[in-house]
Amino acid sequence: MADSAPTDPGVLPVRARGVTKTFTTGAVATPALRGVDLDVRAGEMLMLVGPSGCGKTTLISVVAGILDHDGGEVVVFGQDLGRMDAAARTRFRRDHLGFVFQAFNLIPALTAAENVSIPAILGGMPRRQAEQKARELLAQVGLGDRHGSRPTQLSGGQQQRVAIARALIHEPRLIVCDEPTSALDHRTGEQALELLRAVVVRPGRALVVVTHDARIFHHADRIATMDDGRIVGERLPSALLPSGAHP
Amino acid sequence: MDHVALKMLIGDRVRFLGMVFGLTFTAMLITQQMSIFLGLMSRAYAAVTDIPAAQVWVMDPSMDTIDLGGARGLSATAVDRVRAVPGVAWAVEHLRMPTEATIFQASGGERRDCLLIGVDDQSGIGLPRIVAGRIEDLRRDDAIFIDRDGLDKFARSGVTVRVGDTIEVNDHRAYVAGVVEAAVPVWFSPYLYTTATRARSWLPPLRRDTTFVVARVVDGADPAVVAAAITRRTGLRAETTPVFTRMAASHFATNTGIPITFGTAVGLGFVVGTVIAGLLFFQFTRDNLRYFGALKAMGASDGVLLRMVLLQAALVGLLGYGFGTGLAALFGLVAGGSQLAWLLPPWLLGVTFLAISLICLAAAALSIRTVIRLEPAVVFRG
Repeated sequence: MADSAPTDPGVLPVRARGVTKTFTTGAVATPALRGVDLDVRAGEMLMLVGPSGCGKTTLISVVAGILDHDGGEVVVFGQDLGRMDAAARTRFRRDHLGFVFQAFNLIPALTAAENVSIPAILGGMPRRQAEQKARELLAQVGLGDRHGSRPTQLSGGQQQRVAIARALIHEPRLIVCDEPTSALDHRTGEQALELLRAVVVRPGRALVVVTHDARIFHHADRIATMDDGRIVGERLPSALLPSGAHP
Repeated sequence: MDHVALKMLIGDRVRFLGMVFGLTFTAMLITQQMSIFLGLMSRAYAAVTDIPAAQVWVMDPSMDTIDLGGARGLSATAVDRVRAVPGVAWAVEHLRMPTEATIFQASGGERRDCLLIGVDDQSGIGLPRIVAGRIEDLRRDDAIFIDRDGLDKFARSGVTVRVGDTIEVNDHRAYVAGVVEAAVPVWFSPYLYTTATRARSWLPPLRRDTTFVVARVVDGADPAVVAAAITRRTGLRAETTPVFTRMAASHFATNTGIPITFGTAVGLGFVVGTVIAGLLFFQFTRDNLRYFGALKAMGASDGVLLRMVLLQAALVGLLGYGFGTGLAALFGLVAGGSQLAWLLPPWLLGVTFLAISLICLAAAALSIRTVIRLEPAVVFRG
């Protein structure tokens, strides 16, 4: 896999300063980010929480390099995304980013192993080798016997595991998850988060999770709360947990 | 990523089959209608190519096709004037006149319109390939040869004519001495061949009764140069066989509504194919936008996505083209024994391929635009 980012373990995975983004529809301008400052540290699971429309998804899109920001600075593993052209950002995502989407976005016509192998193939790995690695990863996430199944033959929790394996196959250093439990029941969601923590969180790798689901807050190392396009607080998970919930 | 593109396409069975069906229909319609049109066009000039020995056709300056019924004939001296032109190896007269034949049946006489063709008395030049009888038989009293297609037409209408039968041509007794393999005519049928002298004696007297003079040039001479010399010296129209062939085809194309009829069918096939395949392909892409968006987010470049969409379009295009032209060829094979005019030259397959490629490119262009302009952030919008 090509590696255009510095490998210095001291480099912050994400460093955002004064990030702004405004969406314009006709004459109407809607500010989505109003000067966001955010650091994501290596080896941590950061949860981004806040009410609907507060800018969480916009921020994660900007940090992941799939949406341009208007102002400020977004540096991911030492690389300033604002200074990259579209093609360079595409290569950067391919090599360093892993995604777990809310709706999984597994291609229905492909088997689990074929879905998982896609990022590796995009990175230049031969198909056969990529699918072998995909089967190994599926075994790691407990789906060793379902590598030939298509998404429609899998439960929601199993599809989420396939999506997690897909986010890991090319060994990215930043993984972004968008509402990873919203399509799952509580127990399956818990299992997905446990799996994410078990297989994703590693030294030198960071995980950013956007969620509404307060029941999974206890999995985070740190929680950043957003409101009205700004980070309005950062705290440890215990501070946000309702009494009687997980420690 | 080619395998991903193909599996995405084939995985959506209903749309995939719909697209292949649409393109199959288009390819078949274009190939089949064009083949029939070309078959008809070839019949318009086939009488010219029935006389392969002739290199130059001489006619009245106002003539531009082979079968106008002899209304614009040449004088009896025309053949000698052509023979006198330097470079002409030989020249013979060739008469083509519509007339009427009566075939005697047990139930009475069957009257049919036909074309009486007078060929050179001595050499028989003008007679197509003989399939029954010998050329000497043409010199027997009242002898005629009939073209095989004409005999088939008689047979289909319940009138049987065989070699050895006697019929009446324009109230003159005619003895069927042989059968020739002539091109299937587009204007008059059947073709009745006899000597030029006999043909004149059976037809009403005309001041100008020679329809054409056909000639061959001496070895090494350029037929086009000799044809120009004939025109200069005689004032008659002289054209080489290839030029006259094109003239006859052009006359057919411009004086009948047939090109418009077939052109409309081909155009409709093209439009219907474009609409069916284009809309289905575009719909397929739209339905898969979230997956294209996910691929884009995961680092698939525009080039990779472009290749995927083009590959998908190419697959449905190739399948539609293959099935469509295959079905059209099968149609031609099955209908080959009938009266259907059918000509499927290899270049027509190229034309159909081009048409299907255009449809696929148009369909893919719409989809490519959508995919390339797709913002990958769409994948985070639920």
